[in-house]
Amino acid sequence: MSDAPSLSPSSPSGGFAAGGRAALPVVLGYLSIGFAAGVVQRGSGLSVAEVMLLSLVLYAGSAQFVVASLIAAAVSPASAIATVFFVNLRHLLLASALAPHCRSFRWWQNALIGAQLTDETFVIAWGRLTGAAGAAISARWMLGLNLSAYSVWALANLAGALLGERVGSVRALGFDFALAAMFGALLVLQLSAQARAPEPERAGSARGAGSAGVAAGVMVALLAGALSVAATLSLPGHWNILLATFVAATAGMLLQQWKSANTSS
Amino acid sequence: MEIREYVLVIVLGAAAVTLLPRVLPLLLLSRVTLPGWLRVWLAQVPVAVLAALLAQEIAFEGGRLVPLSQNAAAMAIVPVLLVAALTRSLIGAVVCGVVVMALLRAAGA
Repeated sequence: MSDAPSLSPSSPSGGFAAGGRAALPVVLGYLSIGFAAGVVQRGSGLSVAEVMLLSLVLYAGSAQFVVASLIAAAVSPASAIATVFFVNLRHLLLASALAPHCRSFRWWQNALIGAQLTDETFVIAWGRLTGAAGAAISARWMLGLNLSAYSVWALANLAGALLGERVGSVRALGFDFALAAMFGALLVLQLSAQARAPEPERAGSARGAGSAGVAAGVMVALLAGALSVAATLSLPGHWNILLATFVAATAGMLLQQWKSANTSS
Repeated sequence: MEIREYVLVIVLGAAAVTLLPRVLPLLLLSRVTLPGWLRVWLAQVPVAVLAALLAQEIAFEGGRLVPLSQNAAAMAIVPVLLVAALTRSLIGAVVCGVVVMALLRAAGA
């Protein structure tokens, strides 16, 4: 298995097709998670048409699992919609992080890119931006990346909805773990990308920021993980991801500021 | 093969409240120059979000906290992280995780 389609830009050109190829690492993850999502959604009493409506219109992995369980519990539409809002609010942070790199795009391109933004495609794009080559992203590349992921997700949902009953338990096959595995692998790849490349806006600063960068990143990760579990246990609602991200990112930022203040003085 | 009105209302409402936070920052923030500290803050976001999501996936099952001693996901994530660190292959790491999890479940963990 080659590591070519990992986070490093696989092609010097940044066109639509290259973006589509860059989605390759996400495709396999989406095949198994999307299949599991199709099975689970069908299992909570949704018709195949309703599963496809969810995957094509909502297009948000974890939120689709949440919606399926809320519909199965027959909760009111208002409370289901409010829950999804909090589950998906983290995209606000991801889209904000991406925005400075999308300044040359047309508004409708940015609207399309945002509409199809997921945790996974964001990390692929972020990996290209922060990778060793420090490549830029083009609107076409982003759209190619997003469209591949979107199509694969819809197909996998459809397959899960249609074939789910024959497969039996997705649990026994370990498919339900694909989401956690993908988050874990993306986290490691993100940390190692940060180790290789110094902050984009401070290129040329002290090399050897590598291991210190990893240590700071690991600290941010541990803090975010612990906070997210603690918040789930102690707070009602779905604030956990947002709260954990906000606090851990702020701690990481303060650490960076403090380090750069120390090295420059 | 039908779509109930109840489901349609939820899906459209959920899609609307998902779309706004996805799209608005790209439409608005891409037009202004962000201060340096904010860019440093935003650069921390990917690691923080992924770690928060991962911890959530590992620690809870069906909304309940799974103790570490009985937590198959906490065991299966170790080879996933190693494979990702050593091979830098996302596909390889995900496949490894699914296979290890299937084996653990087969072994009755």
